[in-house]
Amino acid sequence: MENYNKPLPEPTALTAPFWDAAHQGRLELQYCKQCDSYQYYPRKVCANCWNDDIEWKQCSGDGHVYSYSICNVPTMPSFKKDVPYVVAIVELEEGARMTSNIVDCPVSDVHIGMEVEAVFDRVTESCSLVKFRPRNN
Amino acid sequence: MTMKKSAAITGFAEMASAKKPGDLTAIEIASQLAIGAVADAGLQKPDIDGLLTVTPVSAPGILWPTALCEALNLNLSYFDSVDIGGASSAGMIWRAAAAIHAGVCNHVLCVVSDVMTSTSFKNIVDSMPHSDHEFELPYGNAPPLAGYGMITNRHMHEYGTTAEQLAKVAVDQRNSALQNPDALFGDKALTVEDVLASPVICEPLHLTEIVAPCTGGAAVVVSRADAVSQCAHKPVYLLGAGEAGSHTSITYAHSLTQSWVRHSARRAFDMAGVSQDQIDFVQAYDCFPITLLLTLEDMGFCAKGEGGSFVADHDLTWSGDFPCNTNGGQLSFGQAGAAGGMCHIIEAVRQLMGRAGSRQVENATIGLAHGNGGIMGEQVTLIFGLE
Repeated sequence: MENYNKPLPEPTALTAPFWDAAHQGRLELQYCKQCDSYQYYPRKVCANCWNDDIEWKQCSGDGHVYSYSICNVPTMPSFKKDVPYVVAIVELEEGARMTSNIVDCPVSDVHIGMEVEAVFDRVTESCSLVKFRPRNN
Repeated sequence: MTMKKSAAITGFAEMASAKKPGDLTAIEIASQLAIGAVADAGLQKPDIDGLLTVTPVSAPGILWPTALCEALNLNLSYFDSVDIGGASSAGMIWRAAAAIHAGVCNHVLCVVSDVMTSTSFKNIVDSMPHSDHEFELPYGNAPPLAGYGMITNRHMHEYGTTAEQLAKVAVDQRNSALQNPDALFGDKALTVEDVLASPVICEPLHLTEIVAPCTGGAAVVVSRADAVSQCAHKPVYLLGAGEAGSHTSITYAHSLTQSWVRHSARRAFDMAGVSQDQIDFVQAYDCFPITLLLTLEDMGFCAKGEGGSFVADHDLTWSGDFPCNTNGGQLSFGQAGAAGGMCHIIEAVRQLMGRAGSRQVENATIGLAHGNGGIMGEQVTLIFGLE
């Protein structure tokens, strides 16, 4: 874990609540009361309606694979040992889309529409990345 | 009053794509190309009063336009860099025309160059916005491969687009590249079978469907329409231009399969007052086959979702029924870093001036060039004509 050499988020005051929640095993997104929508990644205002009356809300963590690509060659050198790995856009039940990885299954199982759930990958003592795995229900 | 026909491209210079960095730095290549384009236009150094450029990925930093101005000892009334990724070159052309239309200058040099170095890719990643560093790179999604892979997969899922249809884009463009001695891959034919047998890098993108980085550059002179009489070649007028931008990460695009090319193209067609069936050729940004498919669909050359069958049913080569990327496109010509997008404009001008040699499209009078940046995030459409 101490040898983790891949890029890590450098949270700002604005984005820290997202990463803090993830490190505690919760997916929290900004929610805009005015237009009743969730947004990812965190922004100063609701990017949709420019209202700043937004609050953090816990999300289900459930969603589906909107699209994906299996990286047989890493998109940057620090991911060399991870190939093949899956970069995906996950569409959450709450509507927001996230860039993430699909884990805990063979890469060949991943397909558009696949039901997934959030998992919190504790990559260092202070950071957990939000990834997704197949949802069995 | 729009800037339609306010300006024309009067001269150009282009460097052959090179696999190795060579001995020249980006500013030295740009200097050579600038002098070449001015000479090609039949102009002199004092005629140049505008300069647009893009900061090379091999030389990241500030004040690049000023550095180029100093290297060439120019006296400018307008100069700037354009920072819209692969669409920067196309973006320069209409900005030059707009500055001319505004009465700011008369002859604008648009020059781009880049050198493929061992740090070029790292320079790009390091320079990405904070949002990419925080929410994309930790997941191993450095641009652009996985992004275009995801667009391609989604298009195949929604519309049934096939690997063979996508491969044909690379194959037809390679066919044209065989007539272009300056292309990176101008010496070896390519078949659909070759493409599909090449390694899958980021699924479903095959190696031969991925633009190859190289060293190169190009320059054009954009001149005031009433100042072209002294020029050496047929002026190529800018009839229409349109721009649109939306996102850096494709995750936040409004759609993966309906790009904002539809906005840039509509603006360009409206300004030019021409329709799709009047276009004699298309030179459109082609970092991957899906880029061209989306571009053709969103420009209205075929219905949404029919890009795959469109490229399969048409001959895209220089002598075909739908000439497209007649220099080989970037897939065969190569992409010189930040400079890559100028090759489509150069080829459009070359064809309209009648200087395309063995790959000349017959009787071409109206042509389209298009620039795309990032992961379909920046779009510029240009329509050129001879009168």
